[in-house]
Amino acid sequence: MSNMKLFDPYLSRVLYIDLTRKRYWVENREDIFEEYMGGVGVATKLLQEELPRNADTLGAENVIVFAVGPFNGVYPIASKTVAMFKSPLTGNLGESHAGGRSSIAIRMAGYGAIVIKGASDIPIYLAIHGEKVHFKDARALWGVRSTYTIGRVLREREPGSGYRTIMRIGRAGEELVRFASVVVDSYRHFGRLGLGAVMGSKKLKAIVISGKRTIPIPNKPKYREIYNKIYKAAIESPAMKKYHDYGTPVNVLQLNALGALPTKNLMTTKFEGAEEISGEKLAETKLARRVACAHCVVACIHIAAIREEYPHEKFFYTVRYVSYDYEPIYANGSMLGISDSEGLIRVLEEIEVQGLDAMSTGVVLAWATEAYMRGLISKEDTLLDLKWGDWKNYIQAIRYIVKQPNEFYKTLALGVEEAAKKYGGLEFALSFGRNEMPGYHTGPGCHLGWLIGARHSHLDNAGYSLDQKLLSKGLPTPEEYIDSLMKEEAWRQVLTSLVICLFARGIYKPDIVAEALNATGYEYKVDDILNIGWKIYKNKYKLKLELGFDPLKLRIPRRVLEVPTPHGGISEEYMKRAITYFSQKIKKFLES
Amino acid sequence: MRRLVVTDPELCVGCMSCMFACSRRFGVAGLAKSAIYVRSIGGVERGFTVIVCRACKDPPCVVVCPTNALRKRKGGGVIFDCGKCIGCGNCVEACPFGAVQWDFEENKPVICVHCGYCVNYCPHGVLAIEEVGE
Repeated sequence: MSNMKLFDPYLSRVLYIDLTRKRYWVENREDIFEEYMGGVGVATKLLQEELPRNADTLGAENVIVFAVGPFNGVYPIASKTVAMFKSPLTGNLGESHAGGRSSIAIRMAGYGAIVIKGASDIPIYLAIHGEKVHFKDARALWGVRSTYTIGRVLREREPGSGYRTIMRIGRAGEELVRFASVVVDSYRHFGRLGLGAVMGSKKLKAIVISGKRTIPIPNKPKYREIYNKIYKAAIESPAMKKYHDYGTPVNVLQLNALGALPTKNLMTTKFEGAEEISGEKLAETKLARRVACAHCVVACIHIAAIREEYPHEKFFYTVRYVSYDYEPIYANGSMLGISDSEGLIRVLEEIEVQGLDAMSTGVVLAWATEAYMRGLISKEDTLLDLKWGDWKNYIQAIRYIVKQPNEFYKTLALGVEEAAKKYGGLEFALSFGRNEMPGYHTGPGCHLGWLIGARHSHLDNAGYSLDQKLLSKGLPTPEEYIDSLMKEEAWRQVLTSLVICLFARGIYKPDIVAEALNATGYEYKVDDILNIGWKIYKNKYKLKLELGFDPLKLRIPRRVLEVPTPHGGISEEYMKRAITYFSQKIKKFLES
Repeated sequence: MRRLVVTDPELCVGCMSCMFACSRRFGVAGLAKSAIYVRSIGGVERGFTVIVCRACKDPPCVVVCPTNALRKRKGGGVIFDCGKCIGCGNCVEACPFGAVQWDFEENKPVICVHCGYCVNYCPHGVLAIEEVGE
């Protein structure tokens, strides 16, 4: 892999944007794109270079990096963009991935990464069309109620239809809700860890990116051959068909049957209303359209229609659209005891309108409901009754989280950990490293995975999936479990540097990845690629520790240990042993 | 002769695989050489429109070409002679469907040759090849 030259000279171009001085420039960073390919590998490196470690997460010194990789625009299901920043929710490394048209638009505009620094004095949006970057006045867009409206306005106002991405924040981002999302191209998101608040703090309302160009390929016959192999696998794979048919909510009934579907703030793991909010049921009763991210044949995005009659005028209907996925359904369906699918879709609509992370929002509200029921907080705090299944009140509560009319909602907007620290109920505040939990209670693996994962996501290292695979065999020792999680996480650094959608991880095995890279001019062998994965993992963890992460200080929510999983109860000793082992292992690894 | 037809754009999921396929005919990746164009009808929830040459029997683009770079193709549509094209862009304006795409790298139009390569990469049955005779 020495002396390798990138075949596409545009991939290594990094667009730097300084919002304070309203200037931009491009640097050729072949050095890091050769070493780390792109995506998460490059974004980590750029963040290491640019981010003051003690940066105020909502100050001008925080940095946002977007990065794509060598497979975007080249191979199927390489549809993701990586965003990295310092998270205002956790105070640590933030990483979030989004699909839509984002990755194709960035690569077609002629960049491998975009670094956004500083903060604007007035609300602006960025319009990046190929070589040109425009700083545009967004004062009139600031304060607009809905992210849908912002999308519509920018669609009309900006060129590049079909070749562009439109990322925007909602009121939640403007109001610095620590788990505000960035809505990408309607229905995809940089959802987790509060990128929306970081953009809000920079007065950056939206980013439009477009472009159209050729990506040169050195070995054309080989390229077409491996393309066809991947394409065929994608079309024929049962997993992909499952996601095309029902989308990710196909997991609702499976996890419920397993007794692993967190329900009512994880007081239980089976939801009596699971059938009503299942992928199968929603496909039958609510589904309006399935759409795809750019260059993905799977089309897992499922969009529901809300058809509502106006109360004052008969036969006058509004038809509105909302996307639904497994995680939002878990967090706002089973976790909030909502079995009315119409109500659930409307809750998701409000979350989209406001620009919040659906997962954090649901988990925060689930904690608030339990705290309210236990009398830790009163109606003076909540301003309404919070009770399982009452979706109308939940919609109002979501508006309050953004509007923050009192001390309680101001605290809720900081995330569940802060809320529970102030009002009590930390033992049932379901956050891991201060990030609200994903929808799995499958065994110790999922929880360990979120605790040690470099971005606290269920997709870091697939503990939830390992838990399920281990059901017939039983659990390994904590040490063995940590070893498997770390190995998987290292490999996923490769996939998220290319950058593929992790749903296609079954197709992009190491040998296929190597072959696909070779055809596009990368002389890597399988071992080289695996090494790059470990190297990125190391960089990321190094940065995490520099930002104050300490595995030994991790809090395991009591609730997780009290409620049985399909593997039975999780023992605290098992978890502690695992974390102690991890902390020693990571220390040694970083010194190696 | 054969022509490419858009059988039902309602089935389109907007994956752009046809667009990528069209550029890949030349062994390259990206989108600059694509003669087919998919975009949403004002938001993906409303669906997509698939725009490509529909092989007119009497193509308006031919009439406005000042250098005879476009000539009628048997069975409909046009044949593009790159060597004659001066990149004036009249053809783009003339097509009422907006089906003449523009290659900004070469400053030339991209004209569908109705080869059907894209059809192989549409898993949802939006595109097909049809026999049209002479």
